[in-house]
Amino acid sequence: MMAFIQTLGRNTRSSFTKLGRASFFLLHVLTGVIDLLPRPRLLINQLYSVGVLSFLIITISGLFVGMVLGLQGYYILSDFGAEETLGVMVAASLVRELGPVVSALLFAGRAGSALTAEIGLMKATEQLSGMEMMAVDPIKRIISPRFLAGLISMPLLAGLFSAIGILGGQIVGSGLLGVDDGAYWSQMHAKIDFYDDIVNGVIKSLVFGFVTTWIALFEGYDTIPTSEGVSRATTRTVVNSAFSILALDFILTALMFGDD
Amino acid sequence: MGDTSRSQNSLVVVRNLSFSRGDNKIFTDISMDFERGKITAIMGPSGTGKTTLLKLIGGQLQPAQGTITVDSNNVHRLRRSELFNLRKRIGMLFQSGALLTDMNVFDNVAFPLREHTQLPESMIRSIVLMKLQAVGLRGARYLMPNELSGGMARRVALARAIALDPMMIMYDEPFTGQDPISKGILVHLIKSLNVTLGLTTIIVSHDVHETSAIADYIYVVSDGKVIGEGTPSDIKHSSSEWVQQFMDGSADGPVHFHYPARDLQDDLMSSGKRY
Repeated sequence: MMAFIQTLGRNTRSSFTKLGRASFFLLHVLTGVIDLLPRPRLLINQLYSVGVLSFLIITISGLFVGMVLGLQGYYILSDFGAEETLGVMVAASLVRELGPVVSALLFAGRAGSALTAEIGLMKATEQLSGMEMMAVDPIKRIISPRFLAGLISMPLLAGLFSAIGILGGQIVGSGLLGVDDGAYWSQMHAKIDFYDDIVNGVIKSLVFGFVTTWIALFEGYDTIPTSEGVSRATTRTVVNSAFSILALDFILTALMFGDD
Repeated sequence: MGDTSRSQNSLVVVRNLSFSRGDNKIFTDISMDFERGKITAIMGPSGTGKTTLLKLIGGQLQPAQGTITVDSNNVHRLRRSELFNLRKRIGMLFQSGALLTDMNVFDNVAFPLREHTQLPESMIRSIVLMKLQAVGLRGARYLMPNELSGGMARRVALARAIALDPMMIMYDEPFTGQDPISKGILVHLIKSLNVTLGLTTIIVSHDVHETSAIADYIYVVSDGKVIGEGTPSDIKHSSSEWVQQFMDGSADGPVHFHYPARDLQDDLMSSGKRY
């Protein structure tokens, strides 16, 4: 019993210490973001590897999620004779929830894990230490551009996911199942609100992008510099990001859509 | 430690330094002097914290006690920006080379120049080619770090370390894991850079022959203490049994072959429980 309490105490303490380290790290990263202004090239390279390289997985997943929504939505809505509102259902589900959440989960798996492994290996091979000895701050030079790139990419990828998903819903709904094409788009146009739906969705994806990139970069930077350490850190990035995304989604949803 | 004539002409002065990792004491009260323009070696078995000492000198770690001054700057009292300015004048060669893996050889050597100077690209090109020429790898400038052998990677890292024309350079185990030819090349390079550029040189190594061939002064470190110091010939003729064992590479002596354990017979007859 005593041992259990001791372990509990130790784990709690180490979690809080880690949170403290992560906060200082974030502060340092944010100050480095300002220094990026005169050197946009560093950011552009990272936008390519974090954002552009995630393009394919986001597009394909978005298409299939949209198609499934179209299918499921049609079956349920047609029971009530309301299949004309399929467009609204697909668009609202994607823009409010699935777009930000699923693309963030995919982003954590694709880009987040890559960031952790890259930074962790740079630490293990003394590249970060070497930079420090060359009087170059590795957080500002390596981490900050990646952080900003993640923050910019995430809402764009989520937007892409939703847009492709809506097309997927349309392909299935009006292309295969015979929902009226005009109704699909006009209902969506009438019911989807710019602020309530789209802006809130963008805010969600910004928050998820911030948290996921922060977790990925910190886990990489804080890793134990061995092969096992890097592999564990990569796993932690994906698991912790997924938890954070889903928990934050609940909180944000409660705050944003609670009054309706 | 260190006689007065040495300490007066020292670029790096270590005084009463203590450092520990957790409960593990790495250094207890050591003092050393590293003379300007000379090659000073720190030798000792693996795991005695030789690399840690270089990190302490570079200000990457904080000592528990004692001071380290580099060119009259107390390293651990400097503000971050002052420390970074000091580091621009110090080159360090890591054991692995620590080359940036996403850049080719040319860009790796150009990295400190691009980060710290406003030089035009044409001038950076000339400097980089000159530094690569010095280490014999001008022709390898377009290779990526993963296409280099271990010895070549260290030579590129060396070219990078001297890119900003530092006042001193620190080598972390430069000969470990090198074939005889690469070792010979590195020995020659370290010596010639020291002579031609007047670089104050610190080598951390356990390769007795290579290091004593070029060092002007040697410190032998074990168990966190300096257990022998002097010129290579002083060390070779040291009266300390420990130093003798290290220089000759004997399997047993003051440093035992066996890791501390209980009696063999007891151990074999026991139940196998951890004790």
